[in-house]
Amino acid sequence: MDMNEIKEIFFQECEEQLAELESGLLKLNDGDRDPETVNAVFRAVHSIKGGAGAFGLDDLVSFAHVFETTLDCVRSNRLDPGPEVLKVMLKSADVLADLTNAARDGGSVDEARSRQLIKELEALANGEVPQASAAPAEPVAKPVAAAAPPPVNDEGFQPVAFSFDDFDAAEEPPLMEMPTYEIVFKPKSDLYAKGNEATLLLRDLSRLGEMSIHCDMGALPTLDRLSPESAYFFWKISLKTDKGEDAIRTVFEFAEWDCDLEISLIEDEVAQPGEELPMQPVPFDLSILDDEPAISVGVVEEEEQLASRQQDRDAAVAAAATASNVLQMAQSATRAPAEKAAPAASAAAQSAAAQQAAASAATPTIRVDLDRVDRLINLVGELVINQAMLSQSVVENDTNGTSSINMGLEELQQLTREIQDSVMAIRAQPVKPVFQRMSRIVREIADMTGKSVRLITEGENTEVDKTVIDKLAEPLTHMIRNAVDHGLETPEKRLAAGKSAEGTVRLTAKHRSGRIVIELADDGAGINREKVRQKAIDNDLIAADANLSDEEIDNLIFHAGFSTADKISDISGRGVGMDVVKRSIQALGGRINISSKPGHGSVFTMSLPLTLAVLDGMVVTVANQTLVVPLTAIVETLQPEASAIHSFGANQRLISIRNSFCPLVDVGRILNFRAIQANPVEGVALLVESEGGGQRALMVDAIQGQRQVVIKSLEANYTHVPGIAAATILGDGRVALILDVDAIVAASRGQSLKPEMSLAAAG
Amino acid sequence: MKKRVLTVDDSRTIRNMLLVTLNNAGFETIQAEDGVEGLEVLEEANPDVIVTDINMPRLDGFGFIEGVRKNDRYRAIPILVLTTESDAEKKNRARQAGATGWIVKPFDPTKLIDAIERVTA
Amino acid sequence: MTYAAKNLTTDGRELIAFRVGAQEFCVNIMSVREIRGWTPATSMPHAPSYVLGVINLRGAVLPIVDLSARLGMTPAEPTVRHVIIVAQVKSQVVGLLVDAVSDILTITDDKIQPTPDVVSSEFEKSFARGVLAIEGRMICLIELEAIFPQEEREAA
Repeated sequence: MDMNEIKEIFFQECEEQLAELESGLLKLNDGDRDPETVNAVFRAVHSIKGGAGAFGLDDLVSFAHVFETTLDCVRSNRLDPGPEVLKVMLKSADVLADLTNAARDGGSVDEARSRQLIKELEALANGEVPQASAAPAEPVAKPVAAAAPPPVNDEGFQPVAFSFDDFDAAEEPPLMEMPTYEIVFKPKSDLYAKGNEATLLLRDLSRLGEMSIHCDMGALPTLDRLSPESAYFFWKISLKTDKGEDAIRTVFEFAEWDCDLEISLIEDEVAQPGEELPMQPVPFDLSILDDEPAISVGVVEEEEQLASRQQDRDAAVAAAATASNVLQMAQSATRAPAEKAAPAASAAAQSAAAQQAAASAATPTIRVDLDRVDRLINLVGELVINQAMLSQSVVENDTNGTSSINMGLEELQQLTREIQDSVMAIRAQPVKPVFQRMSRIVREIADMTGKSVRLITEGENTEVDKTVIDKLAEPLTHMIRNAVDHGLETPEKRLAAGKSAEGTVRLTAKHRSGRIVIELADDGAGINREKVRQKAIDNDLIAADANLSDEEIDNLIFHAGFSTADKISDISGRGVGMDVVKRSIQALGGRINISSKPGHGSVFTMSLPLTLAVLDGMVVTVANQTLVVPLTAIVETLQPEASAIHSFGANQRLISIRNSFCPLVDVGRILNFRAIQANPVEGVALLVESEGGGQRALMVDAIQGQRQVVIKSLEANYTHVPGIAAATILGDGRVALILDVDAIVAASRGQSLKPEMSLAAAG
Repeated sequence: MKKRVLTVDDSRTIRNMLLVTLNNAGFETIQAEDGVEGLEVLEEANPDVIVTDINMPRLDGFGFIEGVRKNDRYRAIPILVLTTESDAEKKNRARQAGATGWIVKPFDPTKLIDAIERVTA
Repeated sequence: MTYAAKNLTTDGRELIAFRVGAQEFCVNIMSVREIRGWTPATSMPHAPSYVLGVINLRGAVLPIVDLSARLGMTPAEPTVRHVIIVAQVKSQVVGLLVDAVSDILTITDDKIQPTPDVVSSEFEKSFARGVLAIEGRMICLIELEAIFPQEEREAA
């Protein structure tokens, strides 16, 4: 593993942390005050900062640092995460995501925005909670946890590594006259309890220069009064070094709090430390440290002896041992009480383990390159086609009496289907990431429009093919923008209409009959039908006297260039309208529908296939061509009776079904497969439901059967064909086209509406 | 014999960096993802030194250090804390919990190894 | 001469020559993926007249272009004797219906003569990269990318 790989891991982790961050903040926004939620949010930012630091991503580090500081205030209950505070935090999460993306892919971020948020975050950390609608906080006078951490005075908090370069400038005597320091080091008991070793400190000290050590054992009590956990020795060290006092302090960095340390520079080199303090010099053999395993074995033996014949031992023996011996003895002596403590510790560990079991009910996962999965899916697709071709040729070659072959084929078909389903499931992912992105969109639009919006998401764990998810983000973004910009009213208007000032946008996902249904509902004003109708007339979309149902009027908004906003706003009026949304949903094999209730809001319903790779279809014949009609579009099939067919106008025909009239659509004509209309009585009518257009009866010549087909792109080597959604390969190895029912229906309405795609113009 | 280091950190990034750095420096590295796992693997890992993060889910670094110090066998083991900040208060808490020393993130390999060398014989 | 050595000659290139009606054309061999026999194509609605439809090429959908019609000559009436040249044009793969493949030529660029100034249409000028005189035959070198400009394909 090299640094680039670790960096890749870091960015993956960032994505997870950012998702965690946002969902945590949203939970807080919903009033969740679970400390663990706050902790998770804090950790997410903290982790990003930690990793970013390792890769020198300074912008990311400094923003994360300020963010983290403010979150720490929330964590320690110094700052209440009220709505205004969370607003700032959610925006900060967005900026953090931008910074992360910029760090990964290059590119720039809105620096003014991130600076502004740093100010706001600092203000929050400083106890300045913004009022609703208050102007952004002014920069605070007192720098709080500034982006660049201020140098801390106490050396105790300097980084571990120590650079000798820092001391170059020190006014010190030249090398030949090395200064001598006198160091008095009195460890406290805590020093050992925290895993520090006086001997190791002395070893490190000795590396700085020429050193002589005196050990004072004067405080050592008699054995009966000796507390094994206490520190009784102190050292007086004379060290001749040119490394400076800071280097000495660095050695004691970890120990500083648990010892008394005096360091002084001896001006007069002649002065001998031993003369000043009446201490008993103890030969201190540092070489024992170089042979640590051997000595520790010896110590253990000694310790056991000590334990058994303690009273017989002379105190001097103990004193001769190094400080670490004292600790070893201490451990030995306190073994009994420590063992009492052990069950408690293990109980704690057990309950922690139980927690873990509960927390990580998630099954183990592996990360797989998407390419590998796609390769597998392609191969399975080939397998399905091959299996179908094999079955067909067996049937064609008449295998009467060889039922074992047929049975084998059936099993093969079953297996193939199962493999296919399993492989497709690999690509299935929850829609959560896309939904999460939407909350950011809502925040931004709400900000820009001055509206107050609450986004509620439901069913975010609903799974669908990754490709669908990836392609869903764009149309969904657009619809959300529309919902907030056009759907919801301003707070004033809402209040005037007796609604709460805050609008609600509800985004839900669920599975329904083999498809995923995504609903986007707002509680805004609903579609202004009069306005839409007028606009459609103005734009020549409908005749001035056209008689349209409410549903048909609502669905006019899906027509190209249609925008009802009085002024083209910066948000949703960029020349792309709902027609683009509709087309991208259709490109995914989906349908989109709107239902609206004046004064109560609108609901957009999208129904999408769970996978883009396979489709259940009805194989039909039209003008000697084999076509596939997606099964999901078909309501029922019927054999038209001559009496049920009624001509209408110049070349329209209607079919009466249970006392209602439904327009007949000749698929062969629409696709230009034949010049004259077929006789409906000789064919089959497929009653289809198309969004917005109500029901239509598609005329085909014959039905061959139902089949699951593997979807093949036409665009890969050719181009989009109006009226055709995709292609597939049938059992005979030939390509069959999959009908785009909605486009066919739309084209059939060419008389009253301009077709969205110039079907007639093509070819 | 190789010195054994137990690292406890919830960040995949940091875990990987620690692993690479420590292995390159000739240590044997055992990794845990949080305090709870750290305590669970402690006996089996039988480390010579522990490097732990502070902010972790389930059981944070403070709790983990306290847990180790309560363990009769490991209560004297050097524990280095990975911290991102020069925050006196946090370091103080870590020390109170029983940390031996600390490493300020982002660490470079030298700093990390230096600190480990300093607390191990 | 080995293959590697051939590639070393600075301007040397290999071309596949084929017959469309009575005329001969050639394309750079580097853009040819494979050559296969004609199989019936599935008609495409609203397709330009020179697009005969699509066929299954090992799981991929491959459009078939009648090169004769595309070049403004008599549309072909495909039979089993016809040949499909599977060629890469930019990021897409297309099948070119031709009467027969006639030759593989190794030539240097100096053998390519400019297109004579007799062609009138801009289209012919755009796809004809030059002509070759080989053993008394005239072979027109065509540029596939000019025959299938991306914009036109998308508008088709």
